[in-house]
Amino acid sequence: MEIKDTRGLLCPEPVLITKKEMEKQGSGTFQVLVDSAAARDNITRLAKNQKWEISIEQHGEEFLLTLKK
Amino acid sequence: MNRKWIIISAGVVVGALAILLLRQGNPPNMGFCIACFLRDMAGGLGLHRADTVQYIRPEILGLVLGAFLTSLFARETRVVGGSSPLPRFILAFFAMIGMLVFLGCPLRMILRLSAGDLNALVGLAGLVAGVALGIIFLRKGFSFGRAMPQNKSNGYIFPLITFAVLALLLAKPAFIFFSKQGPGSMHAPLLTALVAGLIFGVLAQRSRLCLVGGIRDFILFRDFYLLYGFLAILLVTLAGNLALGSFKAGFLNQPIAHSDGLWNFLGMALAGFGSILLGGCPLRQLVSASEGNTDSAITVMGLLAGAAFAHNFGLAASPKGVPAAGQVAVLIGFAVVLLVAFVNSRSLSRQGVLSGDGNKGYTGSTLP
Repeated sequence: MEIKDTRGLLCPEPVLITKKEMEKQGSGTFQVLVDSAAARDNITRLAKNQKWEISIEQHGEEFLLTLKK
Repeated sequence: MNRKWIIISAGVVVGALAILLLRQGNPPNMGFCIACFLRDMAGGLGLHRADTVQYIRPEILGLVLGAFLTSLFARETRVVGGSSPLPRFILAFFAMIGMLVFLGCPLRMILRLSAGDLNALVGLAGLVAGVALGIIFLRKGFSFGRAMPQNKSNGYIFPLITFAVLALLLAKPAFIFFSKQGPGSMHAPLLTALVAGLIFGVLAQRSRLCLVGGIRDFILFRDFYLLYGFLAILLVTLAGNLALGSFKAGFLNQPIAHSDGLWNFLGMALAGFGSILLGGCPLRQLVSASEGNTDSAITVMGLLAGAAFAHNFGLAASPKGVPAAGQVAVLIGFAVVLLVAFVNSRSLSRQGVLSGDGNKGYTGSTLP
């Protein structure tokens, strides 16, 4: 499964990258790696707005978000 | 709790604090203003010598300490940096000049609006235009590149500087300036201002309040989240101003404001354009710097430098209007920010060094 690595990027970039991938895939599953709570929350909000399921795993200071539709 | 309610309650409390600070002595329509307070701090430290705007604002110090402690407690401190610090400094420098030509940051713009200052509506139109301009570049792949984790101790530098400045405010050594007249002389009691700032810092860190971000997220994602916070601030301060009789609708004779529509619009447009490329308005930069982002700390230094230059070289507006030098500075600012936006946009720039590694996220890379 593809992982979009957005570590070190400031919002809105992680959200834009996620949105681009959502539009590219239409439906399916992919993961986004983020390193800030702000990016985690913003992508979670985007997922809810776009009706994608999201699950969050924390690895140390990073979060791996799995998006599914 | 639903996140929407977190930001709405944050907005309500911040609005109430702004009214309280106003009642306790802050300048008119300036319960909180990040740009104005940073300018006053630059003056208090003697970085500029405009004797009406010199005061080390405890609100800023409280805000930084509140956000720092909250992020530490919530385990959200991330010590990172190295995402184009020098260009960030320059954008912040010019964004501040834009704000001082309008006379306020996005937050004070809302407070001015809530007191009936219709010039703020012109500023708001400018801010939206600036954000929209920035979004064109975001869509074209604008990026300052990745920030990298840094030594944890770097995250303490910004809060420590804040403590040092607080110590200066308390000790009042002879080299610290205090305005005897003008907006800088008007302020709430130190402890009230410090505690109000502290509460603001906690709420801003939790809710990630940011007006520029709010307009951006609405245009890009039709996401209202951040705008709810500002709507709450607007409604609470509007109610407060109406109740206290400080609401006066009109363009003319508004406190610490001028009615030159063109420059209100362009000043705020420059502020919006610069801020969006920086990832947020001055409030968000202060919070982010407190959370350990050293690029945001550099951005705050850029804001301070911009304020110092604005008053040393007579660029800042006054109720009399915008000086010619300030108008030229705004135009130079647009040219510089456009150039920075252009060379850092992946689909516009062919210079691999500038936009190479930092944009890896766009093509996607996999973990080992």
